[in-house]
Amino acid sequence: MSTEITRGPVDKSIDGGIKYLDERYGTSGFIKRNIKKVFPDHWSFMLGEIALYSFIILLLSGVYLTFFYKPSLIEIVYDGSYLPLKGIKMSEAYASTLEISFDVRGGLLMRQVHHWGALLFVAAITVHLLRVFFTGAFRKPRELNWVIGVGLLVLAIFEGFSGYSLPDDLLSGTGIRIASGIALAIPVIGTYVSFLVFGGEFPGLDFMSRLYTLHVLIIPGIMLALITAHLMLVWFQKHTQYPGPGRTNNNVVGYPLMPAYMAKAGGFFFIVFGFLVLLAGLVTINPLWAYGPYMPDQVTAGSQPDWYIGWLDGGTRIMPNWEIVIAGIGTLSLNILIPAVVVPGIMFTLLALYPWIEQWITGDNRAHHILERPRNNPNRTGIGVMSLTFYGLLWIAGGNDIIAQMLDLSINDMTRLIRVAIFVAPPLAFVITKRICLSLQHSDKERLLHGDPTGRLLRLPSGEFIEVHEPLSDNVKAVLLARTELPMLQPPAEVDQSGVKTPKLWAKKLQHRLNRWWYVDQIPMPTIAELEAAKHHAVHELQEAQALGLEITHDLPEPTKSH
Amino acid sequence: MSSNEHNETDNQVVPVTQTSSEVRLPNSQLPLHVLRRADVDPIAAGRAERQVSIMFLLSAVFTVLATITFFAIPVDKFIRVPGAGVTQASNLALGVTLGLAIFLIGTGAIHWARKLMPDDEVIQSRHSYASSNQIRESVMQEIREGGIESGFATRKIVRRSLLTALAVLPLPAVILALDFGPMPKNELRETLWTKGMRLVTDPTGRYLRPEDFSVGSLVSAHPENLHAWEEENHNLNARAKTSILVVRMTPEQLRTSQGEGWDYQGIIAYSKICTHVGCPIALYEHRTHHLLCPCHQSTFDLADSGNVVFGPAARRLPQLPLGVDEEGYLVALSDFQEPIGPSFWER
Ligand code: HEM
Ligand code: FES
Repeated sequence: MSTEITRGPVDKSIDGGIKYLDERYGTSGFIKRNIKKVFPDHWSFMLGEIALYSFIILLLSGVYLTFFYKPSLIEIVYDGSYLPLKGIKMSEAYASTLEISFDVRGGLLMRQVHHWGALLFVAAITVHLLRVFFTGAFRKPRELNWVIGVGLLVLAIFEGFSGYSLPDDLLSGTGIRIASGIALAIPVIGTYVSFLVFGGEFPGLDFMSRLYTLHVLIIPGIMLALITAHLMLVWFQKHTQYPGPGRTNNNVVGYPLMPAYMAKAGGFFFIVFGFLVLLAGLVTINPLWAYGPYMPDQVTAGSQPDWYIGWLDGGTRIMPNWEIVIAGIGTLSLNILIPAVVVPGIMFTLLALYPWIEQWITGDNRAHHILERPRNNPNRTGIGVMSLTFYGLLWIAGGNDIIAQMLDLSINDMTRLIRVAIFVAPPLAFVITKRICLSLQHSDKERLLHGDPTGRLLRLPSGEFIEVHEPLSDNVKAVLLARTELPMLQPPAEVDQSGVKTPKLWAKKLQHRLNRWWYVDQIPMPTIAELEAAKHHAVHELQEAQALGLEITHDLPEPTKSH
Repeated sequence: MSSNEHNETDNQVVPVTQTSSEVRLPNSQLPLHVLRRADVDPIAAGRAERQVSIMFLLSAVFTVLATITFFAIPVDKFIRVPGAGVTQASNLALGVTLGLAIFLIGTGAIHWARKLMPDDEVIQSRHSYASSNQIRESVMQEIREGGIESGFATRKIVRRSLLTALAVLPLPAVILALDFGPMPKNELRETLWTKGMRLVTDPTGRYLRPEDFSVGSLVSAHPENLHAWEEENHNLNARAKTSILVVRMTPEQLRTSQGEGWDYQGIIAYSKICTHVGCPIALYEHRTHHLLCPCHQSTFDLADSGNVVFGPAARRLPQLPLGVDEEGYLVALSDFQEPIGPSFWER
């Protein structure tokens, strides 16, 4: 703003502060360059923000919990104020969690903020990842940030699981027991791994303090570093933007950081925080006093882990009981290794490598700053929906007992059903999604050529009926036309000019094949000639309509001047 | 360079070739900026200002209420809330007051930004991140030179010996980890059960007699010395292995058994620890004699040697041979004859 701003005492002290910092650290240059940095706006860009804010809230509430929580498995007799458990033997860890819940004012609130925050945190990361995937935001130059994001998701799951295990109630202890069973299943060294992790046999007395160090120091420390790197990269590379009027691959359209964007982002932190505190006050989460202390010989039926562990649990449930005993050598527990180690390992590896896989297939090595509409990349969208279907079925399998009961099926039938569906449904989801994308592409093309149907019919002198179409607004056109098309790759040459055989020819041939498959049924964008022809046609149509005395509510499109 | 058919020729950010769309784009401009009520109407602006400050003031009021709540409501007071059941009163009151105090700051700030702060969209251009070719070349040159000057590139022996030293250095880290726990000995094969050990109920510690069992009943039991062992060792390791389930069937119902004479008049005992990944098994269907693990639904047939009939578990439940001692109490005839619980490599 150019109006003269009168300077009060507050401004003077702010000025003083800026001068002080600048004389010592030269900060003003940096601030000058960034204070008006432009951020594009879209509701889906808030998903990452929610993840960030939940993380901060987890740090705050978690640190509070550390002041009371005792990571100790020493057995004591409970003597706190929760009467139903008075006189019962339990670990110090469980007793301290009861103390937080029933003897510390606001303690239960903090525990519940922490637990709801954890659920929201993982959910926000997951949906944020989906947004990035389906819009192609991971493409060059943002591949590294994608990998950091995948790393954060994996860490968040481990962090959540380790936190869930700290209270040492019956449910969480059962989770640890399962983890110990998975460790034992590792080929060759499994027994040793388990003995090292637990300091001997399960459960022992050591694992809780070790888990605690992981939960409050190591994992959050790494996450903090990764989140910082993640945000610095977003800052440095600038945010992507959705296609729209005025938006190109070389600009950013949005709102300057100072003041409105800052106020909105800051305000949104308080919204997320306030929401979590309200939720923690109103809705009980993880009422571990009702489960009782962990006892390795007790269990509750129908118990469910936190939502983000459900798919791992589900895979373990539907896996057939394959175990290979190699005579004289060892026992290979495929029934545990495949669902708990192999499949998740493959899933996360493919997820992390996806940007390079797609780049290899498309041969697209350009920088992209405009997001792609999911329909404009039917294969990617198909792969995404396919993977979600796979994940979703695993997740459903994690609740197969509950769902079977609801559907009045036997658990065995339910399990068999999912075993089949896990192979059939994902490819089906791919094909259906791809078809939907292509038909949306088709309708986009129709709209570009003919405009939007108005529903008004017109009878031409020839007796023919036509529907009057309204030309698209420039804003809509800008979105529809922002699609980028890539030429297909040329088939690889068998030999180069000097007659030397191309190295890794098979890989290049495979790449070429995949490349063809990737693009072959793409609906081509209308050519300039087609657009012009359509425009002339529309003009003609409208003129005819006018000649018939029809009232035209929109302007005739101007024929474009030839270039 | 195999796949880089569409590679950029230099390090400039080349605009994505929008094929023909750049030509076709209706001269691309920002949509017209629409003024808001508060931009043109001072009354609307004043109203927005009031709304924002009311939210901030309300937040302060809720903070005060939260403070009062903290002192006024004892932690051990529970109330019944319609729809939510019994909850801790202080949690509810603190959550609502504090939650609103925080939430209102957020809504106030966002309302302020949306109504009163400038909302013009701005265009900023992206700059190439890449440095000029010249700078890039000179960096490559300097690094190459550095390699030569240090001798890293040329002095093979120095380089290799350094790499060797660095490669073996992590070894101590692995070795240090070896004392995280003792090496496994026979722990996974042995439990507290021995010949003549009496069965006791949990947690009352009553000795079990055959007369305690009617056909179809299922009891969870432990060795009689478990309690003493736990008093001495202060951990749950033994409990995680010794726990058994005892059932009675009629001799006709009991089709097979893991050993000749391992039941006592139809009373049989199996390890309670699932052979999948170790959950305690809990659900018994006495009509089918199936035992279901609640964790991943492995199902074992107790009338048929504890074999797996469904689910991910691969091994049968180990059976504990039973008999009675001279005083008529149920006892184990030996330890389990196979490892209980999850599989492991050396099993
Ligand atoms: C960053 C992501 C984090 C996630 C996803 C997470 C998740 C969890 C979960 C699910 C629990 C169980 C809560 C319950 O129901 O009792 C928990 C407990 C706990 N967390 Fe975290 N946490 C995170 C960060 C932290 C941090 C940074 C700290 C401390 C510096 C911390 C300290 C604790 C403590 C002390 C407990 C045990 C107290 C109790 O359960 O009552 N957490 N965490
Ligand atoms: S632990 Fe029993 S089925 Fe998995």
